[in-house]
Amino acid sequence: MSGKITINGQVIDFTDEKNILAVARKAGIDIPTLCYHPELTIAGACRLCVVEIERMGIQASCSTAPVDGMVVYTNSERVNRVRKMVLELLLANHDRECTTCDSSGACKLQKYANDYGIKRLRYPSRTVKAPLDTSSLSVVRDPNKCILCGLCVRVCKEKQGIGVWDFKNRGSRTEIVAAMDQPLAESSCINCGQCIAVCPCGALTSNSSAIEEVWAAIRDPKKTVVCQIAPAPRAALGEEFGLGSVDVTGKIVAALRRIGFNKVFDTAFAADMTTVEESNEFLARLVKGENLPLFTSCCPGWVKYAEEFHPELLNNLSSCRSPQQMFGSVLKKKYSKDLGIAPEDMFVVSIMPCTAKKYEARRPEFMTEGSYDVDAVLTTVEAARMFREAGIIFDALEDSEFDQPMQQTTGSGVLFGTTGGVMESVVRYVAGKLLNAEGRVDVEFTRGMEDTKIASINVGDNKLTLAVVNGLAAAEELIKKIQSGELTVHAVEVMACPGGCVGGGGQPFQNDGERRQARAREIYNIDAKLVLHKAQDNEDLDKIFEKYWGGCCNHETHHDLHTHYRPKKRIAGNEILIKDGEGPEITVCLGEGCLKKGSLAVVEKLLALPVKVKGVFCLESCGDGVSVKVNSQIQNVKAENVMEAIKANCGCNCSTCL
Amino acid sequence: MENRDIKFLKLQQIIDSHEGKVSHLIAILQETQAEYGYLPKEALTYIATAMGISPATVLGVATFYAQFSLIPKGKYVIRVCDGTACHVRGSEPIMMALRKELSLTPDNPTTSDLMFTVETVSCLGACGLAPVVVADEEVHGQMTPDGILEIIKKLANAASEN
Repeated sequence: MSGKITINGQVIDFTDEKNILAVARKAGIDIPTLCYHPELTIAGACRLCVVEIERMGIQASCSTAPVDGMVVYTNSERVNRVRKMVLELLLANHDRECTTCDSSGACKLQKYANDYGIKRLRYPSRTVKAPLDTSSLSVVRDPNKCILCGLCVRVCKEKQGIGVWDFKNRGSRTEIVAAMDQPLAESSCINCGQCIAVCPCGALTSNSSAIEEVWAAIRDPKKTVVCQIAPAPRAALGEEFGLGSVDVTGKIVAALRRIGFNKVFDTAFAADMTTVEESNEFLARLVKGENLPLFTSCCPGWVKYAEEFHPELLNNLSSCRSPQQMFGSVLKKKYSKDLGIAPEDMFVVSIMPCTAKKYEARRPEFMTEGSYDVDAVLTTVEAARMFREAGIIFDALEDSEFDQPMQQTTGSGVLFGTTGGVMESVVRYVAGKLLNAEGRVDVEFTRGMEDTKIASINVGDNKLTLAVVNGLAAAEELIKKIQSGELTVHAVEVMACPGGCVGGGGQPFQNDGERRQARAREIYNIDAKLVLHKAQDNEDLDKIFEKYWGGCCNHETHHDLHTHYRPKKRIAGNEILIKDGEGPEITVCLGEGCLKKGSLAVVEKLLALPVKVKGVFCLESCGDGVSVKVNSQIQNVKAENVMEAIKANCGCNCSTCL
Repeated sequence: MENRDIKFLKLQQIIDSHEGKVSHLIAILQETQAEYGYLPKEALTYIATAMGISPATVLGVATFYAQFSLIPKGKYVIRVCDGTACHVRGSEPIMMALRKELSLTPDNPTTSDLMFTVETVSCLGACGLAPVVVADEEVHGQMTPDGILEIIKKLANAASEN
């Protein structure tokens, strides 16, 4: 449908815009809204975007389609009266502790209240305070600030396909809860922080407990404090200081030195390391023809998702640690020895665009001699806050360089900051290695903000089909196609956040499509400006590989730079009694995978025995059959052989299972 | 609560009878509630897992509708209408008599022996019979405090005879 509508006397053409709000914004007329997001479905929950339409009265512009000839006023007396009322009512239900709020200054509710001159509320503040959910390492939820716009619910369901959040109850008792009204850490949340990115009013913020830990480490004379900076924050941190999405790498390094970091390194260096290890892993798999397609493993959100929802794909994930964890491992296992200090006397901080990295850093497999490889993770926003706290005038800083001996950065490493970057780096590496390609090899198909990009390229005689996907809902679609045989691909890059790391949950507010694009553009600019563009051209990296492990891609690098994955349950919960009995206790897995493989048939068989039967939602031991726990031993069984399996393990002599 | 038998086989039958369709979620929850008398959280988690939908979504639907209860209800549910007509014709004394007799409060609407649950409804559409009480699915018009106590006694007797 297309036509013309008149907004505030200005005649505006519309074509395929679905609502008046989009038409108005296209024409440069802003309409305030809290629950609308152009990439998500429309809820019409906040009622702030009301406009006056001739012969239709007051309507929500987000959920009213433009019709040819419509006459709309966005700023009439009536409209403003209604908006003020809406704001007052929203504020009445909102904990207005702005001075102590993490989102102060980046809060849309605060902004609109200011814009509309809401100075005094007719309603008292709420007296009852609900407890905060601080269970998650990544996301903190303050229910007292929630205005029930539902953006977190929609982004998690529609972009990530997970649906951790949803509304509970109705009317005045409505609240937003995770999973079965559980602490967030007990749900299947992948910690991506996209709910933080869309939350308009500080109800969801990143867990910034790391800031205090970092200050304490800096002030501890015993600690050598080392920082690594991920690719994506360098194109976004400047936004926090009004500089826009421009490269501020040198300024970040300078600021970190000012506040007392002893060493500052570039995670892009470790990204090159990842490229080398992962590309060779990929080539080896191609030769052997096993575990294909290879899925990237840089994104901790995606890794957790795979562990929870696709245990069958865990062998397909690259065994490479993410660049953050590779660097952490290098620093704690090797570099600390160069400096002559114990791993626990080194405090490794990383600045990440990502809230899931906080979770990744606490995974027990990433430790060296009892200390975490990465001790603290700061998001881009948290790093900026530390700079402000330290009184640093960011835009006046002179650029500073990364430290030796891991100083060199290639454009390929920096590309990790945007969707498609890992794939482009791998293609560049492979092109350089197999085809002796010189300089920069641009890969066009990986670029752009579309959620799924697939292309075939020729490498020598081989035709490789590669896929790049961002957003886990899109990843899920792609996985379905691959598993059904509809699509054959050799490698898949998965990033959980829209646009990749530039759109991460720890990036500055506004974190929308336009911003993500601007940051991605800057990432490509940085690549273009750098001298080196392929991981194998990084001479510092060659030296490090040689010095620490006697070269790349060998048994030693595998030990220090790679990892393994284990199936994870999606929802915490105790074992549930299905049938009481005198005999031994047998627990049957009722996770989705085991249910599909016939847990219930196993349960049915067990019900006939005098044993005690329990069920649990995932025993975290996904395999070919149904997971059954007998005598704390977990076995994979089928309904046919369940009796034999129990007999072998239960250790009793009751012989009822015979 | 911990040692409650959860009949997952029956739950799966319910889901299968709806071919696992997400659009049938409300019906599945209704049948599950008919089976248990309420919706245990384990059953909701099972439904979510078996149907491949998010637990939060299932909880959202189960808490949205007044017909669903996540806490156990009594064998006999007594619904006292408190719509305008019933209210002015004396639903409150009926409610008070019930609560006094069964030692219940608005926050604790079910007797500890799980025999009776007392609820209010906003209107049953039978205003001509006000005040109206539905006891164990049976509609009683022009109810009085004494009348409802009589009904409860009968229901309790019927239960003990079984």
